[in-house]
Amino acid sequence: METLIEILYLIFVSPFAEMVAYPDLFFQGIWDGFVSGTLYGLIALGFVLIFKASGVFNFSQPILVVLAALSLVSFYKMGIPAWISVILVLVMFYVLAFLIERLILRKLVNQDGNILFMSTIGLTFLIIGSAQWIFGGRPSAMITDELGLPNGSLEWPMFGGGVYFEMIDISAAVIASIMIVILALFFSKTKIGRGLRAVADDHQAALSVGISLNQIWVIVWFVAGVVALVTGIFWGARSDVSFALQIIGFKALPVLIIGGFTSVPGAIIGGLIIGLGEKVFEIYWGPLLGSGVEGWFAYIIALIFLLFRPQGLFGDKIIERV
Amino acid sequence: MFYRETGQFKSKYKEELAAFPLFEDKIGVGILLLLAYVAIPIFGIPGLSYEFTLSAIMIPVVIFTITTLGLNILLGFAGQISLGTGAFMGVGAYSCYKFMTIFPDLNILICVILSGLVTAFVGMLFGLPSLRIKGFYLMVATLAAQFFLEWAFIRIPWLYNYNNSGGIEGPNKEMFGIIISGPQSDATTRYLVCLTFLVLLTWLASNVIRGRIGRSWMMIRDMDIAAELIGVRPLTAKLSAFAFSSFYVGISGALMVFFWLGAAEVESFDINHSFTYLFMVIIGGLGSITGCYMGAILVWVIPVLIKEIGKTSFGYDAFVMENLSIILLGFMIVVILIVEPHGLARLWQIAKQKLRMWPFPY
Repeated sequence: METLIEILYLIFVSPFAEMVAYPDLFFQGIWDGFVSGTLYGLIALGFVLIFKASGVFNFSQPILVVLAALSLVSFYKMGIPAWISVILVLVMFYVLAFLIERLILRKLVNQDGNILFMSTIGLTFLIIGSAQWIFGGRPSAMITDELGLPNGSLEWPMFGGGVYFEMIDISAAVIASIMIVILALFFSKTKIGRGLRAVADDHQAALSVGISLNQIWVIVWFVAGVVALVTGIFWGARSDVSFALQIIGFKALPVLIIGGFTSVPGAIIGGLIIGLGEKVFEIYWGPLLGSGVEGWFAYIIALIFLLFRPQGLFGDKIIERV
Repeated sequence: MFYRETGQFKSKYKEELAAFPLFEDKIGVGILLLLAYVAIPIFGIPGLSYEFTLSAIMIPVVIFTITTLGLNILLGFAGQISLGTGAFMGVGAYSCYKFMTIFPDLNILICVILSGLVTAFVGMLFGLPSLRIKGFYLMVATLAAQFFLEWAFIRIPWLYNYNNSGGIEGPNKEMFGIIISGPQSDATTRYLVCLTFLVLLTWLASNVIRGRIGRSWMMIRDMDIAAELIGVRPLTAKLSAFAFSSFYVGISGALMVFFWLGAAEVESFDINHSFTYLFMVIIGGLGSITGCYMGAILVWVIPVLIKEIGKTSFGYDAFVMENLSIILLGFMIVVILIVEPHGLARLWQIAKQKLRMWPFPY
């Protein structure tokens, strides 16, 4: 009986007491969660873009992130200036998008969603194998200084302690929000954006009003590549650039469940929910279960959401006909 | 030419419903069984060393065919996608380990079957979200099983009896005076045990699929709402598919550790393995039992052979060969999906059809 009360105390009382007692730690946790949430949101955004425009669940998005970061660093190491390397990576992604569309997607038009999804797993393996072969598998540091990204950190004194804001995290949050605004405008205001929405709605109807499916797919894969590059730069700055980054991609999948597969704001808000929830849980409840909880906690949040909203927070309502 | 049903008349319904209605099929299966049971254990595969044949090719292929059967039942017949196969194999392996250490006198084969039942229960538990969601949402939900179980295999020391290495290891186990598992067992014996499991499980699967449960799975797969309207209960159909599939996967996990690897850590059950099993199902062909065999053989044997040939004949370093086999795997998947999205099983069917018609094209 006493142990039960102790356990209940550990679960329901002491974490909150700690939050109140050390608010600076709490806010630090919130900030860290916010930043990683933004980055989860960015990876999820890559998934959403392609799913919205082609109905393909693009499993290779995490490896695109790795590829972007890895090739950027490798180009720089070859002696190419940092910003030209960025442009080179973008060119590479455009070529890649073109090849993917031409060699894989075009041949699989009208196939079942599962088949398309599995072809992106095949693509993932192709990219893993070739990237490892060409760039090597060793982890390396991201070239943040050379790209002109700020380093160091701000300290905000508070409640006797202090909250540290890494400059790179602040710039990640700022750039992510700018990118989301641009993407939102791109989707709603431009001609290409309208075309994308039309394709997402109905392939055949879009074709019949003169929208080129192939062109749209190249564009959307390229945009997903750009998102991957931004994500890759900031994740690479937080940890090392290596194939381990791919695992982070799996954390973006619960984000999709929470936000819905078809919603751009959903991806970001889902990312924030996961990032914050995970961090706070890990700090205050993690020690009860042993470390490493963050590997699956995101999925538990997602499953709880699924019980109430199977289509996610912002996803289109699932309507089925027999 | 040789493969025709001409002249084979059936006078009873039972003959119509036989597993192999054609005489030629019976001969073919008989020859395959003879090859697998007699020729390979005695002679090995020509051109490859005997030890290599058994422990690097035949045993894993047999075990992974069982895994593929399990996943194909879920994905190909019941239409419920799962990415947690690797972790479910882990459940089988760890529970078998627990059974073996708690009841040291229990026959290992009974332990394997019991661990399959445990896995079936766990699989049913993680299959619960399938009642509410489907498609890609369900796929992500099954990833929860993968990551949670992986975590559990590391963080719950009770599962590996608090040993320092954090892995599980099989002791020598005897049956009828022959050591059939553990470090001192003979590869041939282990191969024959696994093969027997495979044959029995294939027989079971083909009959369950033809029966009432199997047909209700296929109805759920084809359109779940329509199936529900005509009286299939989604709860029982979906959960039984998860349970049945996990039973197979669990058995294959236990076999993998105690009849092939000898010892295992959590890395043997990680997400990349789950993908490999998924590939075996896709390349073999969704919803086909023959396809499971073809998929498992192709996906497992080709990379192994590439690595082996590259190492012995050309002297390439392991890094290049490793990447080459990854690239080849990805390439194979993409090509097979483009050429024939229904996998090798469909190609085999087309070939059989052509054989029946030969020498006429139609």
